[in-house]
Amino acid sequence: MKTSLLRIQAIVTKELLQLRRDRMTFAMVIMIPLVQLLLFAFAINTNVRNIPVGVVDHSQTSLSRVLQQTVSATGIITFTHNYHSTKAAQKAIDSNEVRAVLIIPKDVSQRLVRHPSVGFGLPPSSKQETSRPIAQWLVDGSDTVIASSIKSLRNMPLVELLDKPANRNTPTFEVTLLYNPEQRSVVNIVPGLVAVILTMTMIMFTSAAIVREHERGNMEMLITTPLAPIELMIGKIFPYIFIGAIQVAIILGLGYWLFNVPFNGGLSQLAIATLLFICASLVLGLVISTVTKNQLQSMQMTIFILLPSILLSGFMFPYEGMPLPAQYIAEALPATHFIRLIRGVVLRDVDVIEMNFDMIWLIAFTCLGLLIAAMRFKKTLD
Amino acid sequence: MIFTTRDAANNTNYHRELAINAKNLCRNFGSLAALSELDLTVEKQTIYGFLGPNGSGKTTAIRLLTGLLKPTSGQVNVLGCHLPKEANKLRLEIGYMTQKFSLYDDLTVKENLQFVSKIYGLTANEQKSRLSELLSTHQLTQQSQQLAGSMSGGQKQRLALAAALIHKPKLLFLDEPTSAVDPQNRREFWEQLFDLCDQGTTILVSTHYMDEAERCHKLAILENGIKRADGSPQALMNNMAAQVVEIAATDLRYIKDKLTTLPQIISAAQLGTHLRVLVSKVEANPVALLQRQFCIKPTDKLAIVRPSLEDVFVSCTGQGVAR
Repeated sequence: MKTSLLRIQAIVTKELLQLRRDRMTFAMVIMIPLVQLLLFAFAINTNVRNIPVGVVDHSQTSLSRVLQQTVSATGIITFTHNYHSTKAAQKAIDSNEVRAVLIIPKDVSQRLVRHPSVGFGLPPSSKQETSRPIAQWLVDGSDTVIASSIKSLRNMPLVELLDKPANRNTPTFEVTLLYNPEQRSVVNIVPGLVAVILTMTMIMFTSAAIVREHERGNMEMLITTPLAPIELMIGKIFPYIFIGAIQVAIILGLGYWLFNVPFNGGLSQLAIATLLFICASLVLGLVISTVTKNQLQSMQMTIFILLPSILLSGFMFPYEGMPLPAQYIAEALPATHFIRLIRGVVLRDVDVIEMNFDMIWLIAFTCLGLLIAAMRFKKTLD
Repeated sequence: MIFTTRDAANNTNYHRELAINAKNLCRNFGSLAALSELDLTVEKQTIYGFLGPNGSGKTTAIRLLTGLLKPTSGQVNVLGCHLPKEANKLRLEIGYMTQKFSLYDDLTVKENLQFVSKIYGLTANEQKSRLSELLSTHQLTQQSQQLAGSMSGGQKQRLALAAALIHKPKLLFLDEPTSAVDPQNRREFWEQLFDLCDQGTTILVSTHYMDEAERCHKLAILENGIKRADGSPQALMNNMAAQVVEIAATDLRYIKDKLTTLPQIISAAQLGTHLRVLVSKVEANPVALLQRQFCIKPTDKLAIVRPSLEDVFVSCTGQGVAR
C-alpha cells in the first residue's frame, strides 16, 4: 500500500513537472475559461433584441407612424428600412437585408377602431370586420428564434396607441419568476459554461495521457516497471483535479464579479458537485486514451463527446424540450448531470444530497470508467 | 526452481545457475514468424549477446524474456519466474534499457531518476544515496539539473543505464545500447558492464556491432528469427564451417566478381588492399583451389588467416555475402 502510494505520487509529480514546462498548455488552462467566459457570456443571448426589420406603410397617416413607434418601443425590433411595396419588401427579405417587414394597410385606422382588443364596439362592427388584424408581418421564418420573437408581437397590447390604461386586461395567469427574475441569459449560461469548459479541457488532457506515453516511447519503460495500471490511471488524473478546480474558480469568480451571477449555494456543495464531475470527465478521457492509437484520434474523440455535451446537456436548449431518444443520450453524458447539479447549487441553493440521482450517477460513472481504463490498459506490448 | 547448465547440457562438468532458460520459444505477428524455436540458456553473472542484423528478432526475443510480449509457444523461465504468468514478480528483479531512449525528455536527469526510483518503491533515504551513487558512477553529476532531451547520445545512454540499474536488478536487458554512441563512450560503457557483471549482475545485450559481440562471454547469432549459432566468441570462431583466405592483389573487384560465382565460396569482401574470402570447410586446400582460378595471377599473395567474428556471422547468416 505504501509503495503503491509512492508510485502514484511519482506519476503525479511527473505530470505536474511536465505540465509546468509545457507553457502553452499551462497558459491554455487559464486562457480557455477566461476567454470563453467573456465571449459566451456577452455573446449568447436567447432574448433577441433589435432585429432589423423594414416597413411598408400604405396608410401614411399619423396613426401608422405611432403604430411603428409603439412596436419599436418593445425593443424587439428596429425599423431600418422603408419599402414602397410588398414586392420590394419581400425582395429585401430574400436578400437578407431585413429579417421581417411590417405591412401597414391603407385602412389601418378603421381596422384599429374595430379591433376587439381596443374594444370600442362603435360603430357596430360585423364579425368579419372585428376578425381583421390591423397590420401584417412578413417574417424570414428560417431562424426559429427570430420567428418566435416576432410572433410574440402578435398579441401586443394596442391600448397605448389610444391612450387607454395599460392594465385594462387582467392576465389569465400570474407568473412569478424565481432565481432569475430579470430573465438574464447570463445567469443560466455561466454555470453551464463550467460544464462545457471542464468537459473540453478535462477530457482533452487525459484523452492524450496514455497515447502520449506510447507515442513518445515512454510506455515500454513504464510497463517493465512494477507500476500497476490502476496506479498509473489514478496518478494521471490526480493533477488535473486541481487544474479543473482552478478553471471553475475562474469561471464562477468572473461570473460573479463581471456579470453579477448570483452565487446562492455553499462552497462545499459546489466543491462536491465539481469534484465529481471533474473525476467523471477525467476518467472518460482516460478511457478514450486506452482506446485510441494516437493523439489526433484522441482529439477527434474528445470533440465527438464535446458536441453532444454542449448541444444535448441542457446548456444550450432545455433538456425537457428534446425528444426521448436525445434525452437518453443526454443522460449518458456526465455534463448533463453536472449542469443540473451546478445550476441547482449556484442558482437555487439546493443541497447536492437532494439531487442524489445525479451525484450517484457521476460517482458510478467515475468508478466504472476507472475500472474499464485500468482493465483496457495492458502491461504488455501484444 | 533453479535451473543449471547441467540441466541444459548434461555433458558440462561445472555447475552454474541459469538466469534464463527458454525452450522452443516462438513468437508470430500475424503470419510473420518474428522468432522461431529459440532455445536459450544464459548463466548467471555472465554477459550474453544477441548478434544479428535489423529485423533478426533480437528485440522480440528481449521483449519475450522481459514479459513485455507473450510467446506464441514455448517455455521461458527467467530468474525462476515462469513467463508470462509471473511477469509481475519478475519486474522487480530485472532492469531493461530499451533501444529507443524511453525516459522523459522534458524532465531533468535527477527528476527522471527520482521518478524511476519512486516507481520501484525506494524510500527517501535509499533514493538519495542511490541517486548520488548512480550519478557519480555514470558521470552525470554535472548534468543532474539538465533536461534529458537536451543531452548528447552518450549522456542519454548513461542516464538510461542508470535508470535501469536504480533498483539493483539481478538481470539487465540492454537492447542495442550503443547504437547512438561514439567509440570512446562505447568503450567506457562496456567497462561499466563488466564492473556490473563482476558485482553479480547477469547481462543480456543485443547488438549488431561485431566488436561488441566479441566482448560477450557467450552469444547467439540470430537471423530472420532463427538462432544460427551460439557459444563463446572463441568457440564460434574455432568451429566455423569455413576457412578464411586473404588475397593481396591489384584487381580485387574483378577477382571478387569471379570468385563469388564458385559454389565453394561463401563470401568475398574487400578490406583495404586485401580480399577476404570465406571458403567452405569441405574444401581441403582452399589456397590451392583459389590459385587454380584463372583470375588469380601467380604473383598474387594468398594466405589462410584467423577467422574473425564477422566471418562467423557471415558464414552463419549469409549476411554481407557479395554474391
